[in-house]
Amino acid sequence: MGLMSQVPVRGTPRFLPISLALVAVLVWAAVVALGVFPESLFPSPRAVARGMVEELRSGRLLNDAVASLFRVGTGFALAVVLGIPLGLWLGHRAYARAAMTPAINFFRNLSPLAWMPFAVLWFGIGDVPAIFLIFMASFFPLALAATLAVASIPSVYFRVASDHGIGGWELVARVSFPAILPEVITALRVTAGVAWVVVVAAEMVAGRDGLGFAVLDARNGLRTDLVVVEMIVIGAIGVIIDRLLAGLTRLPSVRWGYER
Amino acid sequence: MSGGDTNDKVLVVSGLSRHFGSLEALRAVDLQVRRHEFVAIVGPSGCGKTTLLNILSGYERATTGSVTRQGRVRMVYQKDGLFPWLTAGENVLLGLRDVPDTMERRRRLDDLLGLIGLPRFADHYPHQLSGGMRQLVELARALAGESEILLMDEPFSSLDYIARLRMRQELARLLAERPRTVLFVTHDIEEAAQLADRVVVLTERPGRVCRALQVELPRPRSLTHPLVVEAIHTVLAEMGLESNSSPRRNGASGNRQKA
Repeated sequence: MGLMSQVPVRGTPRFLPISLALVAVLVWAAVVALGVFPESLFPSPRAVARGMVEELRSGRLLNDAVASLFRVGTGFALAVVLGIPLGLWLGHRAYARAAMTPAINFFRNLSPLAWMPFAVLWFGIGDVPAIFLIFMASFFPLALAATLAVASIPSVYFRVASDHGIGGWELVARVSFPAILPEVITALRVTAGVAWVVVVAAEMVAGRDGLGFAVLDARNGLRTDLVVVEMIVIGAIGVIIDRLLAGLTRLPSVRWGYER
Repeated sequence: MSGGDTNDKVLVVSGLSRHFGSLEALRAVDLQVRRHEFVAIVGPSGCGKTTLLNILSGYERATTGSVTRQGRVRMVYQKDGLFPWLTAGENVLLGLRDVPDTMERRRRLDDLLGLIGLPRFADHYPHQLSGGMRQLVELARALAGESEILLMDEPFSSLDYIARLRMRQELARLLAERPRTVLFVTHDIEEAAQLADRVVVLTERPGRVCRALQVELPRPRSLTHPLVVEAIHTVLAEMGLESNSSPRRNGASGNRQKA
């Protein structure tokens, strides 16, 4: 942390990443122009741009993106709403923590994709299996992160709380929760990234729409240009999700967690 | 508590012992603190100073013995005693939770922030303040409301030397404006001698009171005042850190207590 924050990021020009992207596209176009690979295996930037316009015009891209975002949003929200309170509770209960942490750790380390067969067997095709898989991918890491964060709250905060008559639910709401919030936000960012990866895989197996399904559908139609279109959109949305969650770290009441 | 001469004793500790399993942290500690008296407790590391404060604040229980307190007790911690997710003002307001009226709370908050000389820092978060400012805010929180007894657990030990000297002056000034009964745990003997009406020296574990030393000099005191220097010498000698051959021993009057 210390070294990283010393790097003068503020002074670096903003055009650097954009220039690099332009160079990458030029190299890409040059490789295509050399004709080393057939166009069906290595679509040109021009074809991809055309595909992008086509997909936008038909409305299919928007439809798929909304479908994927809905699944991630629902599965992730369920994981947050259940996982963070579970973590808060476990953090305060040594016996429950000792009993449940190994199980949570087990499921956290179990790739959510391994649930794929059961997801389809139990929930068929559509939104529900994808939401289930996203939930399985996010719930355990979030619960574990919250548990560990609570367990590492400095005891002085609880002493101060007790000095001022703060106990019970008020203790959880006014001390434990704000104390773990910086770590929870970090866990949210990591987990949301995983969830976005998982939704693509889930839709390939158990979807009839969504960006993951669109990738597979484009391949089946031998439209590699559209595969690249979907790839660009998937990556870009992932970055946007992370930027939005990173915005939470700018809340004044959590800055302390990132500045020492 | 009964009897005329004990009425002004706001804190009475008798026969206090604390065991952690087979470890004996405190043994038969007796201590009586008068209203608005400033008592410093010094002793080697691990002598049970902090354990004693924890028992006095009600956070830990004594194994045997009793503690009688009159009035509300507030604690000032070594560091990180402020909630980092609350602003300085919000932290001080924790000490005013019993004041029902919002306007009155606000008024008292402004008073306290003015008192500690940080009236424009209400909306700053602790990490935006210096270590000394944070301890001042914590002090303001401890003075808020109708607190009577301040328990201070090495409150300046995480500050640099200059800041510590300044904070001693500030504490003396604040106590002149808002008199409180203070029990001040420190391993800084200078600090104890410069601030306290009485310096209580604890022995190594298990902690016992091995000496109590009166320093009869009004605050604020100069660190180099002969009586302060004398008291420092006496305490150092008591702890075996300096030879016991002081040229003059009539300034500070020590009375040896049997443990």
